[in-house]
Amino acid sequence: MTAAALDPGLRRRRRRERLRNLAFLSPWLLGTGLFFLYPLVTTAWLSFTKYDGFVSPVWDGLGNWKFVFQDYPFFWPALRNTLWFVVIVVTTRIVVGLGLGMLVISVKRGSSALRTIFYAPYLAPPVAATLAFVFLLNPGTGPVNTILGRLGLPQPGWFNDPTWSKPSLTLLALWGVGDLMVIFMAALLDVPNELYEAAALDGAGAIRRFRHITLPHLRPILLFAAITGVIVMMQYYTEPLVAGQVASGQIGGSGQQTEPGYPDGSTLTLPQLVYNLGFQRFDFGAACVIALILFTLSMVFAAFLMRRGSGFLAGED
Amino acid sequence: MTRHSRLRRLGRAGALGATLALALTACFGSSQGGANDNPNADVTITFWHGWSAPNEVKAIQDNIDAFEKEHPNIHVKAVSAITDDKINQALRAGGPNAPDVVSSFSTDNVGAFCSSGAFVDLTPFLEKSGIDPKKVFPPAQATYTQFEGNQCALPLLSDAYGLYYNKDMFKAAGIAGPPKTLSEFDADAVKLTKESGDTYSQLGFMPLYHGYESALSHIAAQWSPTYFTPDGKSNAADDPGLKAAYEWQKALVGKLGGFDKLDTFRTTFADEFSDNNPFMIGKVAMAIDGEWRGGMIDDSDSKVNYGVAPFPVPDDMAAQYGKGYITGTIVGIASTSSKQNAAWEFVKFMTTDTDAVVNFANGIHNVASTKAALASPNLDKDPTTQAFIKIASNPYSNTTPASPNGGAYQVTLQNLGYAYEKGKQTDLQAGLDDAAQQIDTDIAQSQ
Repeated sequence: MTAAALDPGLRRRRRRERLRNLAFLSPWLLGTGLFFLYPLVTTAWLSFTKYDGFVSPVWDGLGNWKFVFQDYPFFWPALRNTLWFVVIVVTTRIVVGLGLGMLVISVKRGSSALRTIFYAPYLAPPVAATLAFVFLLNPGTGPVNTILGRLGLPQPGWFNDPTWSKPSLTLLALWGVGDLMVIFMAALLDVPNELYEAAALDGAGAIRRFRHITLPHLRPILLFAAITGVIVMMQYYTEPLVAGQVASGQIGGSGQQTEPGYPDGSTLTLPQLVYNLGFQRFDFGAACVIALILFTLSMVFAAFLMRRGSGFLAGED
Repeated sequence: MTRHSRLRRLGRAGALGATLALALTACFGSSQGGANDNPNADVTITFWHGWSAPNEVKAIQDNIDAFEKEHPNIHVKAVSAITDDKINQALRAGGPNAPDVVSSFSTDNVGAFCSSGAFVDLTPFLEKSGIDPKKVFPPAQATYTQFEGNQCALPLLSDAYGLYYNKDMFKAAGIAGPPKTLSEFDADAVKLTKESGDTYSQLGFMPLYHGYESALSHIAAQWSPTYFTPDGKSNAADDPGLKAAYEWQKALVGKLGGFDKLDTFRTTFADEFSDNNPFMIGKVAMAIDGEWRGGMIDDSDSKVNYGVAPFPVPDDMAAQYGKGYITGTIVGIASTSSKQNAAWEFVKFMTTDTDAVVNFANGIHNVASTKAALASPNLDKDPTTQAFIKIASNPYSNTTPASPNGGAYQVTLQNLGYAYEKGKQTDLQAGLDDAAQQIDTDIAQSQ
């Protein structure tokens, strides 16, 4: 039956329903349109323009894309560093967060104190936490190297050594792993105890119980932790910027530009390039290219993880 | 789907696209100001600046009061503690709450402010008032406030760099006075260095580019480098002064124990602007620094017995001894301002009125920024201030010029310095060639 064949009353009713549905959806449509679609479309459009933030954008075709991929020396090191952080920091945070969660729920006494001790660092402001770590890990005067020296152990250069700067930031990220620990604790407490008892009666050891009971129950939480972790690492800006600036000893100013990614570009991440290009070089077009690359990478990682995750979940059903 | 409905959908898509394009375009324009206002009308102008300390805000307000007394019809609303990011946003947006007069601590953005038209070209105002910037301001200050002939900013006080030296350490080492040439400086730096195993109990000078103010451009100023050719291309590969600056620093790194040892020692330095600054606690005997360090030492518990002198010059430029690197605060008029004539009266007063400049310089312990103010007998008589006044007045003192992409070219040159000082880059000329090419590529991208 075509629309023309419908009686006018039914057509009016359907239109009213559509309008009512739209009215219910309007807050979401408005929010998504204004704060997601509009900025996304604008960013995509600006990436093909010359735009210094003052004069109206001028169409430039693929000029910015060519510059970023071919002529901007910081792009490839920043991409490599960002991917390093995504893979290493997200993985280690999940492993350590899960380990701490299991530890806290398994101890008989002092569980509350442990929970507080592990969770409290997460509440520290990122700048303060980073400053504290740079101070603690100062190769010349920091207490960590002083202790290592007294024990006769090697004393790394930490934030001042390109080999150690990323592991130092990983340590900082692990120090604030309390958020994941709490989520994993809640999920672990949700696993039915009878399953463990039945498995134990069947002779399953701790590793087999973890693999066949705990992990399958945790898969949605693992997926959540992985996706949010990837998104956070794609936006990793404050900690590497502060650590690099403080460790380098330079605050920047006329004739003394802040070196991005100190030491040797090892802490340079893609979000730092967005700021550097957009607000220090007044090149919003190229900054938008990097923003779109970040968006695409986040989508690819999220899609990959969700595909893997949904496979696990389907398997459960 | 019929042809008709396809056309209708195409039409809707086209309309949506056009609406979107219009909406996007509407977001990137900025409201236009102009210089058609009557400067004799009763107006209030807004002045954004970055100063925030009580003595700084008071010094600004004192000058504003003096200006309002001279111009009773123009009222100035000062907004303090403004950062460059906020300035950029306001210059883009315009509107009734945007500033008319804007000052920035960084000279690096002058190129972008001038070339984009965010700051109005002050040349017509200067001509109308009979002011020749080359006659009023020292060469360095006149250089960093213009870009390719567009004088879109004026200097609002300056910073000068010189040599701080520890008099007691000099005496103990048998050194009579501050070095004037770099060969004397090298010899003194070695003589003042006391090694202690893998580290130092006292270092003559920290030459590494990360050693606080020992940045490449601050040191290279002693060779008066030409960073750009007249047509705006990088001159890094061909400038003999710049190359000599890299080579001198590298040689001094070697004389003082090598990069690794110096860099390990550098990591023991406390925060540059704390009371534990390495010069202030006697870890290093000499430092390159700005005029503010003297005030910081005097206000702290530091017992360092210090002297100030111009930073030494290359031996073959001994006649130019007394010069140094100059930078400072800049001030301009937002192109979105609709009260540009009134704004100009205020900018003219703040930057060219000798009493205003002298009072402001004395109030915030900066260096005056006009030739007349630098020669004024009313400037602070403190020996440290006087030493920096002489450096700022030296005709050979120079600065890093404005560029359309901020300080990107300085980052490129600095990165070459980091690689060269640690031996990662061994062929300096090849590094300079690459740096020049990168600078040109970056500038082309920004235009």
